[in-house]
Amino acid sequence: MATETLAPAAPRNLSEGGVPPGRISDRVFRVVTLAAGLLVLVILGLIVVETAGQARSWLSAEGLGTIFSSNWDPAHHHFGALALIVGTLEVAFLALLIAVPVSVGLALFVTEVAPRPLRRYFVYAIDLLAAVPSVVFGLWAIHVLLQPLADVYSSISSATAGIPLLDTLFGSPSRSGQAVMTAGIVVGIMITPIVTAITREVFATCPASQKEAALALGATRWEMIRGSIFPHSRSGVVSAVMIGFGRAVGETIAVALVVGSNQRLSAHLFGTGDTMASIIVNEFGDATGTWRSALIGLGLVLLLLTVVIGIVARSVLGRAERRLAAVT
Amino acid sequence: MSTVTAPATTSLLQSRAASRGRRLRNHLATGLIIGSMAVTLVPLVFLVIFVVGRGGHAFGWHFLTTDIPILDREMGGGMKAAVVGTLLITGGATAMAVPLGVLGAVYLNEYGKQSRLARFIRFLSEVMTGVPSIVMGLFIYILWTLHFKSFSGFAGSLALACLMLPIVIRTSEEMLRLVPDELREGSYALGSRKVRTIRTVVLPHAAPGVISGSLLAVARAAGETAPLLFVIGIVTDTNSNLFHGPTTALSAQIFKNAISPFVGAQDRAYGAALTLILLVFVFTALARVVTTVYARRTTAAV
Repeated sequence: MATETLAPAAPRNLSEGGVPPGRISDRVFRVVTLAAGLLVLVILGLIVVETAGQARSWLSAEGLGTIFSSNWDPAHHHFGALALIVGTLEVAFLALLIAVPVSVGLALFVTEVAPRPLRRYFVYAIDLLAAVPSVVFGLWAIHVLLQPLADVYSSISSATAGIPLLDTLFGSPSRSGQAVMTAGIVVGIMITPIVTAITREVFATCPASQKEAALALGATRWEMIRGSIFPHSRSGVVSAVMIGFGRAVGETIAVALVVGSNQRLSAHLFGTGDTMASIIVNEFGDATGTWRSALIGLGLVLLLLTVVIGIVARSVLGRAERRLAAVT
Repeated sequence: MSTVTAPATTSLLQSRAASRGRRLRNHLATGLIIGSMAVTLVPLVFLVIFVVGRGGHAFGWHFLTTDIPILDREMGGGMKAAVVGTLLITGGATAMAVPLGVLGAVYLNEYGKQSRLARFIRFLSEVMTGVPSIVMGLFIYILWTLHFKSFSGFAGSLALACLMLPIVIRTSEEMLRLVPDELREGSYALGSRKVRTIRTVVLPHAAPGVISGSLLAVARAAGETAPLLFVIGIVTDTNSNLFHGPTTALSAQIFKNAISPFVGAQDRAYGAALTLILLVFVFTALARVVTTVYARRTTAAV
């Protein structure tokens, strides 16, 4: 703290002795703004400390091994988190599988393909998608997506029955349409705007000279995109994917409505499942004692996971920015 | 013979120079890129049409000002308690997060700059943006609800404020950074102290951008459900006291009614969803208007 400098030094009223008027308010204001800035640190610290404090009885009840057991059974006081961690990752990966290609396409569309005067409006439309609240997505998915998806699941499942790997992935489809895959699709739609926004910014930083050079050499638009834009944006896109991943992992309400609340460890994408965030929403109201402590512990695991993902995303983007700065 | 000039080859794509395979690949890629836009617009358009279609019946002045029926299976009724709750809770969150966020941004851009502490705070606020909203709900539950042993709208405000704070800090700092140093120097040259410079020169100049960023944060917070579920209680009675007693919110009512088997409750969920979408869109549009007006003003000035 002592290392900060009061850059552009405030001019001092030299003609008068003592403490010039306004000097105290300057100091006070500086401290007030610093306190507001430090609030972020305080809140984050409190979140970790408080959730860890509440989660302690979960960890001490069954030891650290609890996290890596797959038996979540509140009726018999078993609170293993593995199935939920795996479920969270399954949903997030499915969401990325949908969101990333679409987002790259969208970003290219609004930076390269769409007619210039219309580009703004397409960006507005994508932003509009980001503005739709999670719970509204969930509501819509329950009444519109579930039934058609259930039919699709059962037909794919019967078509792939007996084929070794596919049977594991697509077997025992849920009849209601509530499934890990459904959650993945909904979350995929929800994270598309944020991934697109970052990808778009990264693509936009590709110097026009490079693009023009590619075109001048006779490249088609696609060859220009592959030869100039993609190599330029690789780490930026990786960072966008990581940020999307973080969002997908933390997505709660829509997932809680469509995932089906089933805490068994399974690779059946068309079957019901559960994620850390959705189980907190669905069970917290009924939970007491160790059960409640376990749910808060899941919250802590979720927090740490998103923080790690966020830090990785940031460091990748930081490296990309440094490289960009070096190039330009 | 006749003057059949070749159609002007505007791009290489039409010319023979690009081989058939390359042209095909280019068209395929362009098709996929346009397709991804279509694929994105479809759920958006369907969702809006569906929510407006089903919520439109229920929605209206009556819907906003009538109490929530106690029984789910009752038809009709309104969402008064939820509308009041959402406005109060979001308002409370805004009243806390925006001033604190702007002050934090002032520290980062005017005092801390590139110091180690400022960079650390910047990093943390980025981390905080990524904290899932459900974790904020748990946090306020532990810190507030467990401590005072009662539900209140204010606890919801606290949770939403935690979500909004890093967004406000980051967008405000971006806007403060756009204020030209010449303006600050001019103010110093006239003998103003730093605090006066910030108050009368820097903040007014950055105000439109800060307001627009705050509106976006409000829009995001108004639609949040997860942070509210455990801390506000979720009742059907209207509670106009933010600081005392359980209350409810539009998002919480949608969540509760979405899984209801009764058509009446589902209709109210869609009515509430439409209300919430309108609220969020109004805030988003307002943010856009503020930015546009600001942009026009600055370009006119230059």
